[in-house]
Amino acid sequence: MGKDPDDSQESFDRRLRQAMDRQKPDRATQPKAAGGDMSDLGVVLRAGTEMVSALVVGVAIGWGLDRWLGSRPAFLILFTFLGGAAGVLNVWRLVRTIDTPGDKPGP
Amino acid sequence: MAAGSTIDALGQFELHPMLGGLGQSLHFSQSPVMMIVASILVLAFLYVGMRPAAVVPGRLQAAAEICYDFIYNMAVDTIGPEGRAFFPFVFTLFFFILAGNYLGLLPFSFAFTSHVAVTLALALLVFVLSVIVSLKAQGAKFFAHFMPAGAPVALAPLLVPIEILSFLSRPVSLSIRLFANMVAGHVMLEMFAAFTIMLAGLGLVGDVLAVGPVAINIALMALELLVGALQAYVFAILTCIYLREAVAH
Repeated sequence: MGKDPDDSQESFDRRLRQAMDRQKPDRATQPKAAGGDMSDLGVVLRAGTEMVSALVVGVAIGWGLDRWLGSRPAFLILFTFLGGAAGVLNVWRLVRTIDTPGDKPGP
Repeated sequence: MAAGSTIDALGQFELHPMLGGLGQSLHFSQSPVMMIVASILVLAFLYVGMRPAAVVPGRLQAAAEICYDFIYNMAVDTIGPEGRAFFPFVFTLFFFILAGNYLGLLPFSFAFTSHVAVTLALALLVFVLSVIVSLKAQGAKFFAHFMPAGAPVALAPLLVPIEILSFLSRPVSLSIRLFANMVAGHVMLEMFAAFTIMLAGLGLVGDVLAVGPVAINIALMALELLVGALQAYVFAILTCIYLREAVAH
């Protein structure tokens, strides 16, 4: 211990660095892997409701506007289509974010 | 519940006044009772778990610390450095919903997350918060997000309403997802439990066959444990994602 402090200090530093290096990748990957697993399942459950909910909102707004302005089917038809488009947009956004962490596709 | 050959799968979601006359006059049903139980349970778990405040944690303290770390990492990883400000909110949401989902699985209990009124209130809370944070962090630039960057101006009358609808659908999808999953799970449990009772009324053959639905119900209970945790997680992570969009760019 007390014989050559330089040597033991150096060896301690080296071993400390090695130990930290060993810990680092584990710490970086472990929460990601666990979270990724959970959110993959979450994405599956999300996709359906994302699409339906936008349609529900579209129909509700169209119906409300018709009720308010007395223009019976016009806004309902318009907002049903807009709601459907928004639903597809929601799903597209959801699916697009899954792909980005891996490797970025072209445009 | 299942009298004769009818299955009353939705009766379990009806609200009844609790606590006698006082509850009757206050319209105090199982739902708020279970909310209070859930809140007390979470608070007690954290309080009792963290009371020793030991350097080397015991089991309960370790569990409380893992829960804290889990949500803290989720909030900070998803939202960014500003996530620390929203960590208590996300933590509360996650454990309130998780406790509600799991308490609902106990016999003679009630899952308050199976009512759209409750989940919509929670989702609107998240939605309004994210709008307020957006307006505070980005100001008027927040409204520029409703026009996708790089799109031709001529398409604005079409794209802007779609973007607004997409934005407004957030609280709806957030609430419907949680509510629908909980209702579906509890209806399935009720259905298979009713099958067991109906089969058991058929005599010896029925007694043997009634084991089937019981086995399915055990598997369903495991599924519901997964769904309960997953839905709470999805609700919390979406809250984080919405808040990140509010704080960032």
